[in-house]
Amino acid sequence: MSDITLKITDREGVLYEVLAPTDMAMNLMEVVRSYELAPEGTIGVCGGMAMCASCQCYVKTDHELPEMGQDEDMMLAEAFYVEDNSRLGCQIQITPKMDGLEVELAPEM
Amino acid sequence: MITTDILIIGAGPTGLFTVFEAGLLKLKCHLIDALPQPGGQCSEIYPKKPIYDIPGFPEILAGDLTTNLLEQSKQFEPGFTLGERAETIEKQDDGSFIVTTNKGTKHQAPIVAIAGGLGSFEPRKPPIPNIADYEDHGVEYMIKDPEVYRDKKVVIAGGGDSALDWAVFLTDVAEEVTLVHRRNEFRGALDSVDKVQELKNLGKINLITPAEIKGILGTGKVTGVAVEKKGEAPFIVDADHFIPLFGLSPKLGPIGNWGLEIEKNAIKVDNALDYQTNIPGVYAIGDVNTYPGKLKLILCGFHEATLMCQSAFKRIFPDKKYVMKYTTVGGIDGFDGTRKEAPKAVVKAIN
Repeated sequence: MSDITLKITDREGVLYEVLAPTDMAMNLMEVVRSYELAPEGTIGVCGGMAMCASCQCYVKTDHELPEMGQDEDMMLAEAFYVEDNSRLGCQIQITPKMDGLEVELAPEM
Repeated sequence: MITTDILIIGAGPTGLFTVFEAGLLKLKCHLIDALPQPGGQCSEIYPKKPIYDIPGFPEILAGDLTTNLLEQSKQFEPGFTLGERAETIEKQDDGSFIVTTNKGTKHQAPIVAIAGGLGSFEPRKPPIPNIADYEDHGVEYMIKDPEVYRDKKVVIAGGGDSALDWAVFLTDVAEEVTLVHRRNEFRGALDSVDKVQELKNLGKINLITPAEIKGILGTGKVTGVAVEKKGEAPFIVDADHFIPLFGLSPKLGPIGNWGLEIEKNAIKVDNALDYQTNIPGVYAIGDVNTYPGKLKLILCGFHEATLMCQSAFKRIFPDKKYVMKYTTVGGIDGFDGTRKEAPKAVVKAIN
């Protein structure tokens, strides 16, 4: 399977265009970590269990994303800087359909 | 002053297993942890979640792993300073270290092993611009003494168990309890949610949802908070105390100021040898350390703890001869007088 392109704006407002594999069972939080777009220890703190919201991001395009589960919904209910387009990166598995997805990382909590 | 052989900062899985490995070498351990219970992330964040990569356990709940680790090391009688954060370290003339917690408890040991994971768990502070001005003047991020709130007006924010449980508890203490949450739904345990519903119906809890605290009012101390329901103008709720309960997040904290070499929010160690830091006698093991190829896995922490203990032994007893012994061969002699050993083979003659 081929890679897809994602546009990720980091917490300093810098835009990165990165390639993400679709066959490695990666989620968006892990893609951000693999490119070190946020300092270690400030993202994916709970490891991807939707239990810390350190991977919160704002989705800028209308790509079809996996539906929000209850864990994610309830975690976002307690996170800070939450907007209508907030999602937890760890709950967004990378699929070929997400090619061109644009997201911005939410501020560190 | 608490004295021990190895002072372990952090009572997560790596710290707990260190007690066992140190015990085999007859070294005593004492653990300091900011959380009130041992287990680190395993007990604080995901006790009910399964882990699949602990060797020998196809599946084990994080909470059960903690229980097992405590059981495995109990005969080595570890000491615990819980609910206190290691704040400062001072090297003594004899080469030992004194580590003092935020509550002033002092610990002395020749070896310090930092097994601090991602750091100590600190309350998450909501981004309200002037909130820092009111800390300890009506804003508290955790409830230490409920009596402080007797006959006071209290506003709690949050939707998890601690927000719900304290809201329920304080109805019997405070003059007025208001609970503010961004959703109508709550993440906490069902019976806590039901209890809040019941107290709301009785008029004992003033429940404001879906809403957020947008500001704090008062000169020198809290006198009220500005509450905003989505799409509506903010309104004021009178309050003597505002208690945001949004859970905990780990921060490296004071350890970052101990003169240790830090890289990527972690402590650099010598992974070719013994996981020692740039300060001789101070080791860093588990998720808190970094080296080329580091993986933040519990099983890696166990390995690092084992090698670290061997190195610590050599530091404490440079001239003592020792070879590693298999527990199956040597058994385990606890500091509590217990002994575990492999059963002796039964020999029976055939006539």
